[in-house]
Amino acid sequence: MHIVACVKQTPKSDQVKVDPVTGCLLRSGAASAMNPFDEYALEEAVILKEQLGGKVSVITMGPPQAEAVLRDSVARGADEAFQLGDMAFAGSDTWSTSYALAKGIEKIDAEQKVDIVICGKQTNDSDTGHIGPQISAWLKWPNAAFVKRIICATENFVRVERLTEDGSEILEMPYPCVISVVKDINQPRVRSVKGRLAAKRVQITKWTADDIGADKSKLGVKNCPTNVVKSFVPKREVCSVTVSGVTAQERGAKLVALLKENNCL
Amino acid sequence: MNNFKNVWIFAQVQRGRLSPTALELLTAGRKLADSLKEKLCAVLVGYHVEPFVKDLVEHGADVIYVCDAPLLENYVDDVYARVLADLVAQYKPNKFLLPATNLGRSLSAKTAVFVGTGLTADATEVTIHEPDGQLYATRPTFGGNLMATITCKRTRPEMCSLRPMSYEKALAKPGRTGEVIHFAFDAKRHVSAARFIEFIKSGAEGIDLAEAEIIVAGGRGVGKPEGFVLLQKLADRLGGAVAASRAAVDNGWIDYRYQIGLTGRTVKPKLYIACGISGQIQHMAGMSGSDVIVAINKDPQAPIMKAANFAVEGDLYEVIPAMLEELK
Repeated sequence: MHIVACVKQTPKSDQVKVDPVTGCLLRSGAASAMNPFDEYALEEAVILKEQLGGKVSVITMGPPQAEAVLRDSVARGADEAFQLGDMAFAGSDTWSTSYALAKGIEKIDAEQKVDIVICGKQTNDSDTGHIGPQISAWLKWPNAAFVKRIICATENFVRVERLTEDGSEILEMPYPCVISVVKDINQPRVRSVKGRLAAKRVQITKWTADDIGADKSKLGVKNCPTNVVKSFVPKREVCSVTVSGVTAQERGAKLVALLKENNCL
Repeated sequence: MNNFKNVWIFAQVQRGRLSPTALELLTAGRKLADSLKEKLCAVLVGYHVEPFVKDLVEHGADVIYVCDAPLLENYVDDVYARVLADLVAQYKPNKFLLPATNLGRSLSAKTAVFVGTGLTADATEVTIHEPDGQLYATRPTFGGNLMATITCKRTRPEMCSLRPMSYEKALAKPGRTGEVIHFAFDAKRHVSAARFIEFIKSGAEGIDLAEAEIIVAGGRGVGKPEGFVLLQKLADRLGGAVAASRAAVDNGWIDYRYQIGLTGRTVKPKLYIACGISGQIQHMAGMSGSDVIVAINKDPQAPIMKAANFAVEGDLYEVIPAMLEELK
């Protein structure tokens, strides 16, 4: 079983500040780490490897410093690591990013057949959830998103449970396929000593756009279909009322009255 | 690009039920269509979906594209995305809005690649930029700390998924008429290697979070699983739904499907009552778009108390029973 986990280095959610004037993210100074959703994707890949044998390859697209997230992935149980790095990728939207990742996975697949690609549900820095389904669209592989459980994985197919608003749905897919997973699927383990040592030693394969045979007219901020025209800090002028009353009971009753007065109930 | 005309919305049907997001998309789409002086069209895909045609027309759709086939009874990404991509190729819409539901998020993403066009995720506002007629889709990013307005300049249709509850539901005008166009399902093209096995209904009764206009959420301060029974009582009384913070879910007091926040779900109710929730940025990311926020917390210094429209200092086990008494 050859499992590919897609990971991204993102700023830690609680450490990002926004420049109030320009509305730009101030990433410098904010500590970077693996996108929290990708931890579940990687853990699920490692679980599958332990169950069925094989190996976990991990892939990322990002600047040179994103190498850290690949080493961290090896510390958490991945075997091989691939980094797509090229100025041509810079500023790509999800359509272009998924294209580059799909081309990278295609190259990995050509060297050793890939069975499953696992992505996190979304990233914490752009929250789109596009990458998993879009990678599968480029590769023309079946996919399932919001996967909360792998019910069983055999040599020939995988059966998954995906979350819907009203319950869940069971789907079965042959290999190769792509799944995106939610937090509920597992409990990521801590990095082992063996893993940490492997992380130091691992040779990271680095590929440019040319290496993966990507069409550069589909990549980067100038060529991707969507662009940000402006960004701004949302106005949070909260009209805050502290509900008065001597006892908690009084305040509870007063709250109901206030909500009714303001047509909230 | 000029031969791409009309505003489309995807009318999601699951388990024989038209999602309320369809009516919200009709409101958002109507504004765009009027501003462009183009038609508003709804896409209806599934099995036995014909009865919803009348609903959609009465709620504002001028044209309905219907693709109805037994193999479309359940949602499989490839099958639906292929149908949408073929519809787009044949009828060339200018804008295409889908709901940012679990189904819609995945479907819109796959369809955008099949079509070869740009997609904005989870927008909360869509407008037409008058000078060039482009779709300006504004969305929260970085857990709601930053808003970004996104365009798609060179390709059509401009696609966008819209966060549920961002727009009011369109009102019905009984007797309104529209055009119906049937689109043939092609069992050779509209296929997937994935196979739908079954649907498992959630054990929970009542209103789904994504559709709830009132949400009563509990956090660490709830302290025990039984506490959610009290929250459910309040939710029932208000006609709302129960939700939770990550702390409550991680403690095993309530199932993950109820988790609001960065690693859970995003909601946008009219009223959000946060009980015993401190208001960490990760939680706020999932609910800060709520119209009115109420915080009930023992700690007057908790961040949620500053973010709330109505802050009540006190133990939720005293405040909620008092509320229930007052609501009798």
